[in-house]
Amino acid sequence: MAVMAGFSGTRGHWLRSGATVLAALALGACTANSDKPSSASSGSSRKAGPGLNKGYSHDPFPSTYRAYPGVPTLVRGVTIFDGEGGRIDGGDAVFADGKVVAIGQGLTAPAGATVIDGAGKWLTPGVIDVHSHLGDYPSPSVPALSDGNEATAPVTANVWAEHSVWPQDAGFSRALVNGGVTTLQILPGSANLFGGRSVTLKNVYARTAQGMKFPGAPYGLKMACGENPKRVYGGRNREPSTRMGNIAVDRQTWAKAAEYKRKWDKYEKDGGEPPARDIAMDTLRGVLAGEILVHNHCYRADEMANVLDMAKEFGYKVTAFHHAVEAYKIADLLKANGTCAAVWADWWGFKMESYDAVSENLPLLHNAGACAMIHSDDENGIQRLNQEVAKALAAGRRVGINVSDEVAWTWLAIGPARALGIADRTGSLKPGKMADVVLWNGNPFSVYTRPEKVWVDGALMYDMDDPKSRPVADFELGQPGEGDVK
Amino acid sequence: MKRTLLLAAAAATLATAAANAQSVAITNAKLVIGDGSAPIEGGTVVVRDGRVVAAGRGVAVPAGVQTVDAQGKWVSPGIFAGFTRLGIVEVDGVEQTDDSGASSTPFHASIDVAPAVNPRTTAIAVNRAAGVTRALVAPDSRNSIFAGQGAIIDLGSDMAAVTRPRAFQFLEYGEAGARAAGGSRPAAFAMLRDAIFQVRDYARNPASYADRGKEALLTRADVQALVPVIEGQVPLLVHVERGSDILAILDLKRELPALKLVLVGATEGWTVAQQIAAAKVPVIASALDDLPSSFEKLAATQSNMGRMQAAGVSVSIGMINDNEARQARLETQYAGNLVALTKVPGATGLSWNDAFAAITGRPAEALGLGAELGTLRPGRRGDVVIWSGDPLELDTAVLAVYVDGVAQPLTNHQTKLRDRYLQPQEGAKPKAYQY
Repeated sequence: MAVMAGFSGTRGHWLRSGATVLAALALGACTANSDKPSSASSGSSRKAGPGLNKGYSHDPFPSTYRAYPGVPTLVRGVTIFDGEGGRIDGGDAVFADGKVVAIGQGLTAPAGATVIDGAGKWLTPGVIDVHSHLGDYPSPSVPALSDGNEATAPVTANVWAEHSVWPQDAGFSRALVNGGVTTLQILPGSANLFGGRSVTLKNVYARTAQGMKFPGAPYGLKMACGENPKRVYGGRNREPSTRMGNIAVDRQTWAKAAEYKRKWDKYEKDGGEPPARDIAMDTLRGVLAGEILVHNHCYRADEMANVLDMAKEFGYKVTAFHHAVEAYKIADLLKANGTCAAVWADWWGFKMESYDAVSENLPLLHNAGACAMIHSDDENGIQRLNQEVAKALAAGRRVGINVSDEVAWTWLAIGPARALGIADRTGSLKPGKMADVVLWNGNPFSVYTRPEKVWVDGALMYDMDDPKSRPVADFELGQPGEGDVK
Repeated sequence: MKRTLLLAAAAATLATAAANAQSVAITNAKLVIGDGSAPIEGGTVVVRDGRVVAAGRGVAVPAGVQTVDAQGKWVSPGIFAGFTRLGIVEVDGVEQTDDSGASSTPFHASIDVAPAVNPRTTAIAVNRAAGVTRALVAPDSRNSIFAGQGAIIDLGSDMAAVTRPRAFQFLEYGEAGARAAGGSRPAAFAMLRDAIFQVRDYARNPASYADRGKEALLTRADVQALVPVIEGQVPLLVHVERGSDILAILDLKRELPALKLVLVGATEGWTVAQQIAAAKVPVIASALDDLPSSFEKLAATQSNMGRMQAAGVSVSIGMINDNEARQARLETQYAGNLVALTKVPGATGLSWNDAFAAITGRPAEALGLGAELGTLRPGRRGDVVIWSGDPLELDTAVLAVYVDGVAQPLTNHQTKLRDRYLQPQEGAKPKAYQY
């Protein structure tokens, strides 16, 4: 394959380069090529490729989500946490046509607007959970519906969580009405080193998973270090059975992915015989190109450090470590690498690698200037992420880390939105963003507070005062408790 | 500044705590008794020789008893965790440290967790620091509906953790019981009826039992352990979730009227709350279960406890199948959430007073230990917590903990890790030298 030769000399270079720079260079080259038909050039018989990223569809299961209609709304005299660290006491918020129009004070209601008195209440952007298994480990928890771990090989980058998401999971409704969750990332489980692709959903019921997909959200790749992969595969007497085995299989896989990317980039630019498709490698190529974000389940500080070096070796970025129970031990390292930690407030001790948990993980990370956020990984915890932040916030204040309430709300809003690559569309109450909004019946960091109204894209999807606004999954119809307050 | 003063007082108590220093008076408290009554402003609680002698307003402090001024802060009985596996598991994923259940043993009902309780389990110190002072500790069932005999423990820092060994027998029914019995609910009931028959037979003539040999499905030890259960001297805790399963278990009272039943879990309890109330059977419930996470929990709602209480059932909070070896400290948060429901139209929550009783006095009562534990009424063990604010609120800190009147240390593995890594960078020496 002569077409490969021209790239071999630069391979080492571009593996270490920033993926976006590479993509831009490659795209430029490609555009230049297609501007000049090959027949016109000096004797080259090489055909032009389809163009970078055009060799195959990168979106074969496109979102069919459509926002439901809303009415222009003014919430008046409410305490606002804007999700980016801002606070307005006695504030007003206007949203219309699915978007935030303005927040401030003394705003006037648009024509025909619903006006809500927010006195004594709080208004925030919707809660975003960066780590959920709703739909792929749904209720009821029976083997027939257990679709979160393709635990048949340590590398299953070929699977996509959205193909396991059962949109009739009652958990989505609980997350909405009790948790104020408007966006969530569904990840494959952590049995495998490369677990597969995640999918980001709007928390609005639909008949299909595509109908819930957050339009235009980038994909994520779930990776895992530590005990789970080595236990699952070591238990079958196969690689990996140790932490060094984990990293060895990871690196071999990334080396293969780099090769795959090189072949496809070259084909898409220069044409010729298309390389064989490998669905797993498509995903890893997407990571190396900066198109797919890495969400890495990892508990221990030393293992996170290993992963960060591995990412440098192969030229990709770890967007966030998830669980990251020991992240506080390397907060400085995480900050230096621009890698976030998505953590619990106080889960601990269920396995060896969760032994060194502290309740101050989140504030310690924040205090060190690292990117930090809350996550649930749990169908119950997702209903109380505001409370989880409240506990972590209080633990931090007790050791002198004085984070304000409004800044702490970033751990539930713009933080996870950034980690999901959707911060330009949601995650705060900035004008023009999706009107994903929660009105709380008190301070959302109090245990006594619950969501009163939840809007998604400006549509009122839950209203505490309207029993018919409690979503009921197909599974719950005709069952005891259908439509009950939950 | 106030807090510093108070902490200093607590520390002083700790520093002077001799082996028998089990007396303390806490004054100027927003005092919670734990029996469902309202907090008392300006209250005093006096603990003498490990037991509460008086609690309320206008209580005099006897001479010679050390006094701690709570400066108006909340003071309450310590949390009584309704259902846990505290002290018998260090790390769930490390099987050598998990004494909750045994798969390859011929013994079931006779299993007794008490000797396995290790007061130095990390979870004991962590939960003590969160205000948990007593816990119900249950064995886990394997290959039998009978899990064995549970204990009541304290979370004090001394080595005498077991307050009451063999305080109850724990039985799994429903899906877990069916699985343990071989695959069905009828098989679980057959196992139960066979046990009842053998226990009665044994009670009539203990000598006859030796002849049964391997024909017997129960060992002699198991049968002996069940005698006081059938006779009503030891409570029988039954894990059951589905409405129809609850009724099946309540029916046992018809043939065994002496039985002291306590339901654990009872997610669908609200659907048969009248029957539970009529049977006068207390419930140690999972407070916030609201998902149809199994076919025996289809009617799950957070209003379960509120609705049962409204029907007259005595309800407490437990942690079954919910990080029960480590996270009893979440019970205050759970109780707060039940109070939050009182502001949700259509929901039934608990009043603050009842919610707090559900994690203190009521679980002690459910076990028949209300005269000994759970509240600050005179005669009860001196388990007292001083809080920085409302004990159910998320930002409230525990300032001092007393178990049997003895001030307790609040440091643990987690607080020491936190202190070591307040700054993540190494200093002049490695972190290993910083402690």
